[in-house]
Amino acid sequence: MSRTTFYDKLIFDKSRDGRRAFAQSPADPGEVDLPAGFLRDAPPALPEVSELQVVRHFTRLSQKNFSIDTHFYPLGSCTMKYNPRACNTLALLPGFTGRHPYAPVEHGQGYLESMFELQEMLKAVTGMKAVSLTPMAGAQGELAGVAMIRAYHDARGDTERREIIVPDAAHGTNPATANMCGCVVREIPTGPEGDIDIDALAAALGPRTAGIMLTNPSTLGVFERRIQEVAELVHDAGGLLYYDGANLNAILGKVRPGDMDFDVIHMNLHKTFSTPHGGGGPGSGAVGVGDRLLPFLPIPLVKRVEREGEAHYAWSGEEDLPQSIGRLSGFMGNAGVNLRAYIYMRLVGREGMRRIGEYATLNANYLQARLREAGFELAFPTRRASHEFIVTLKHEARDFDLTAMDLAKALLDENYHAPTTYFPLLVPECLLIEPTETESKETLDGFVDAMIRIANQARQNGVRYKEAPYDMPVRRLDDVKAARQLDLRFEPEDPGTGEASAA
Amino acid sequence: MPFIPHTEEDTRDMLAAVGAASIDELFDEVPPDLLIDTLEGVPDAMSEMAIGRLMRERAEKDAGRLCFIGAGAYEHHIPSAVWELTTRGEFYSAYTPYQAEASQGTLQVIYEYQTMITALTGLDVSNASLYDGASALAEASLMAVRTNRKAKSTQVLLAPGVNPVYRKVASAIAGTQNLVFDYLPRDPKTGNLDFGALDDAAAPVAVVIQQPTFIGSLEDVDRLTDWAHARGAFVIAIVNPTSLGLLRPPGAWGAEGADIACGEGQPLGVPLSAGGPYFGFMTAKSKYVRQMPGRIVGRTTDLDGKPGFTLTLQAREQHIRRTKATSNICTNQGLMVTAATIYMSLLGAEGLRRVAAASVANTKRLVAALTAIDGVDRAVDGPFFHEALLTLARPTTEVLAALAAEDIQGGYDTSALYPEYGHSLLVCATETRTDADIERYAAALGRVMAG
Repeated sequence: MSRTTFYDKLIFDKSRDGRRAFAQSPADPGEVDLPAGFLRDAPPALPEVSELQVVRHFTRLSQKNFSIDTHFYPLGSCTMKYNPRACNTLALLPGFTGRHPYAPVEHGQGYLESMFELQEMLKAVTGMKAVSLTPMAGAQGELAGVAMIRAYHDARGDTERREIIVPDAAHGTNPATANMCGCVVREIPTGPEGDIDIDALAAALGPRTAGIMLTNPSTLGVFERRIQEVAELVHDAGGLLYYDGANLNAILGKVRPGDMDFDVIHMNLHKTFSTPHGGGGPGSGAVGVGDRLLPFLPIPLVKRVEREGEAHYAWSGEEDLPQSIGRLSGFMGNAGVNLRAYIYMRLVGREGMRRIGEYATLNANYLQARLREAGFELAFPTRRASHEFIVTLKHEARDFDLTAMDLAKALLDENYHAPTTYFPLLVPECLLIEPTETESKETLDGFVDAMIRIANQARQNGVRYKEAPYDMPVRRLDDVKAARQLDLRFEPEDPGTGEASAA
Repeated sequence: MPFIPHTEEDTRDMLAAVGAASIDELFDEVPPDLLIDTLEGVPDAMSEMAIGRLMRERAEKDAGRLCFIGAGAYEHHIPSAVWELTTRGEFYSAYTPYQAEASQGTLQVIYEYQTMITALTGLDVSNASLYDGASALAEASLMAVRTNRKAKSTQVLLAPGVNPVYRKVASAIAGTQNLVFDYLPRDPKTGNLDFGALDDAAAPVAVVIQQPTFIGSLEDVDRLTDWAHARGAFVIAIVNPTSLGLLRPPGAWGAEGADIACGEGQPLGVPLSAGGPYFGFMTAKSKYVRQMPGRIVGRTTDLDGKPGFTLTLQAREQHIRRTKATSNICTNQGLMVTAATIYMSLLGAEGLRRVAAASVANTKRLVAALTAIDGVDRAVDGPFFHEALLTLARPTTEVLAALAAEDIQGGYDTSALYPEYGHSLLVCATETRTDADIERYAAALGRVMAG
């Protein structure tokens, strides 16, 4: 039994014929002057509700979410750090939100100057030669990166290079992206301490190698110690190195992908540079390149030109980069997200960048040490944590029937968002835990206490969490039913009443 | 330390718990020659007050112009409640709703969105969003190739009204999988498809039809839909969601309806914002749901039998299926979908109809006022929605520059796209333009053309 009653109406349940938010639409212009054959027969079935009903409905829905603003959210590989309010307030200034993407550049110098400086700052923190801000999320940054690698080989007449090497612990987007770019994926295994198996890498390299996609620190939460050797091997074989920037927060201001000899990198501005995750997006997946890939960057870029001694900013498109892989968005990518990242970087500044990498790493190592001390098993006990680390519950699952899923759901009742579970796939019953630098010691200690409470209940008192959570808006959901009896939209029994369907 | 809460004592205690003498020691697995000391090229930190001043100055430089540009992004009134609610921390700072019990708010919003966008487009199923309209066409085309296995072709034919930038983007994204995007013949008198010049031997995998067209005209979507289906091709509709307050939805095109609809969601409550973030929408006939890219929310029940929402059909997605996924998309444009759902709730069908009808009426007034000027004419015949193509007796770049000097953004230069019209310009007036705005534009253009 659920202990709390939660609001559970659909907006369609509130709909009544003829009700409207009257202030929000223009006066009725009357009959539209278009041939009848183009017009719809019946109005679309949108809800008919008042403005207050809308405000109350979506406010109540928001209260059913966990978020960074309300809860500790140690979701590994997602970098759920505080999203400073100023970034949103300032990005929503009317001069920025009101600007049409095709407005003349003379009417956009404020925005363009900010984007030019963002490109420059991202070059500085990554050690790359140029940056394009157009990819709209990490996966699209990956697509841009692999497309550039392919274009580079093709431009050299090296058209057989179609294999992308990916470690078995990689994010799912890596193999999916390689496939989307018409490449073949070769997976290589991980060694016992979490580093790439160098011998397997050497054996996989050859005349068909286009490149390798790596995350460093890896998805296992450890730094790839032989990265320079990896880079040399791949380059010697004629391949290029792609850096998945999902974990850039770990090394910000400490180590630069360009210095590790990566040829291309994408950054998740919604992770490292603290733009909001928004319940699933928007993100921004800016890409940076070294010398080899400069001609292939996705367009448009922002350029600075001197005019009568004054700096002027303009778009750089096909005419400047004829070998570009092209355009990935209808306009200029997620411009407003990029603006938030710019404001964040200016607030944090040069020294602050470095402290991000340092304190993200301190928090992860502290949490790792406390959980180890509390009896949790680490997946890589001999290693330093990067900005995240992995706990495996394989013993708890075997001896006390406490799986990673159970612990995750039990944590929700303790008011903590769950860590990432069952990823990477190669560690059994794993929790990938990333605290980020913006959390205080007290918060981390509270989380450790909750982990201990749950585990002790299972270990000492035989408590099972198969049916947790109990105190959330819903209990565990029937995913099998969701997939078998597809209910993907509300369908009123009687379209006239707006009453909820009984189904 | 901006956004880092640690006191010196915290840092000391935490290092002691780790057993490290300093924070530097935590990086002892990094090869020492890779560690850097400082970041040249990043300026010193600014306070919120200082960055606030800087950004206000910059925003001021970009503000206060009168815009008559459309071409894929449209200025509409956005109710205050839309972004007041959307930027609530519980929506703004939440992650992807993988932990369903802790994400019912986001999940229900998406379910309600799926209901509304399928109602607008007249199709059965929707995903939770794609990046934008242009990239949605790439995903729709890849989906057509996966689904339409009878067609042996990888050629996608585009009606002449398809946004030319969408073609570029779709080629950049799907070109590496050998998809080819070619335009069908165009009748310069109408700007629409030249049905007489169609090659009946064509056997493309899909035909893409945009309504209203890129130049605002209205295509004979029924005839083209039926022509495509007769050739075994999928029909992909690109539609402007505002227009669906008035126009017949893709699900009702031709005898069988379009198979997939996609487009730019920006007009539904998302600010212009220099081009993004917007969102791409995609709906389809229910039989194709397992080939859709991106996240989908379903309603189900919990252990107590109570209704709840969860991500479903995840076996299509990259985190499960990896190489075999329907797309690599992971992060989408969730917050924009939240805004659009609130917008559609506030407008309702009648509000959306009025926005669409007022935009049509204003554009008609604008075109009448501008074509009354010597040297300004319509480029094509036929009805138009909230955009229209004009010809100019002077080079468009010069005209636009002169208007820009008067803080008027006069439209989108189409001269290079359609050389057959000489100097041409695409103009737009949504419900946000007043009669006074239109008069101001016409007066300024009159001076420019006379000058």
